[in-house]
Amino acid sequence: MLLSTSIFIFLSSLVAGLIGALLGLGGGIIIIPVLTLMLGIPIHEAIGASIVSVIATSSGSAIAYVRDKITNIRIGMFLETATTVGAITGAFIASHISVKALYITFALLMFYSAATMTRKRNARYIEGQVQEDPIAKRLSMSGQYFDKALHTEIHYQVAHVIPGWLVNYTAGILSGLLGIGGGAFKVLGMDVFMRLPMKVSTATSNFMIGVTAAASAGVYFTRGDIDPVVAGPVAIGVLIGALAGTRIMVRLNSKTLRLLFIPILLLIAIQMLWKAWWM
Amino acid sequence: MNDDKMFDAEVFISASLRIGVFLSAIVVAIGLIAYFFSGTTGYPAGEFPTSVAGVFSGLLQLKPAALISLGLFLLIATPVFRVGASVIIFIIERDHLYTVITLLVFGILLFSLIFGKAL
Repeated sequence: MLLSTSIFIFLSSLVAGLIGALLGLGGGIIIIPVLTLMLGIPIHEAIGASIVSVIATSSGSAIAYVRDKITNIRIGMFLETATTVGAITGAFIASHISVKALYITFALLMFYSAATMTRKRNARYIEGQVQEDPIAKRLSMSGQYFDKALHTEIHYQVAHVIPGWLVNYTAGILSGLLGIGGGAFKVLGMDVFMRLPMKVSTATSNFMIGVTAAASAGVYFTRGDIDPVVAGPVAIGVLIGALAGTRIMVRLNSKTLRLLFIPILLLIAIQMLWKAWWM
Repeated sequence: MNDDKMFDAEVFISASLRIGVFLSAIVVAIGLIAYFFSGTTGYPAGEFPTSVAGVFSGLLQLKPAALISLGLFLLIATPVFRVGASVIIFIIERDHLYTVITLLVFGILLFSLIFGKAL
């Protein structure tokens, strides 16, 4: 591979890591099109590289988010039971259902979520407004973090634990089956259903996505999908981008994060329709 | 959650992630530098190791691609290691509920890593 190609992969990965760390996503939506459409790298190697990208974003950004207690480890661990079981379910049912229909269904769900988010884009997090779910109380999920944009400590409660679990289970199926949109669905589950502050949702999603990806990384590796020459520059670029992203995210307010999230949802929806079209 | 616990779980998890991430980044970077200086991955075009044994035998022959793969291994291992570390933290904190939840996740993770091929 040419040094210039490698540097191009590195720079694109830098952007993917940055956006991923801001919004709780793995960066696959940027890595896969760049590698396949712009560089002509085979799709299976691009997917392998995007798995590496997810893990790099997750671990890289969690260093700061966990330390600063923006990530809610309990909620993360609890929802990981949903995402990991979901990923296995996805792998099991892959040959039994119409993946094309699934792509279209989820694309529509993403459009709907984008519309919902656009409507509530100005919503501010108001402490004490969320009715705590008794299950959340039993699981001591409520938490607090210091918001560097608002210069204040935010205390939050958790609502609708079961619907949140189910959305995350679906997110797991999504990552196991389609390979894209898992992170975005986790964020939606925590933001819309569990009513967590946006920053807690994205940071906790970031924390979780690495685990789901690591579960499938072994398969990709033995299948020869993780080409070191492609995945190597991706790993380094995404890590640096994610570390930079964490520094930016803590200073942004939730409204800005939402406004960034909406076009990304649309991008995921369009990619899903694109894939369905070519199936 | 009591505030006077013996050590800070978040700081511990963050520190263990940092070690994993920096170690893997350094190994990948050295591998990439070796690749561009030598002009070869150490393997025929389009080939690279796809098993743990393959990576280690490549490492003994100082093949750049094997070095990059080792770094990627370390990166993939960080989330698994993080879940394992969380189990220990919840045990230390005598948080039985979350010890069980985390063990469950760890079990599912190992299950899919081991049986992943068959799925």
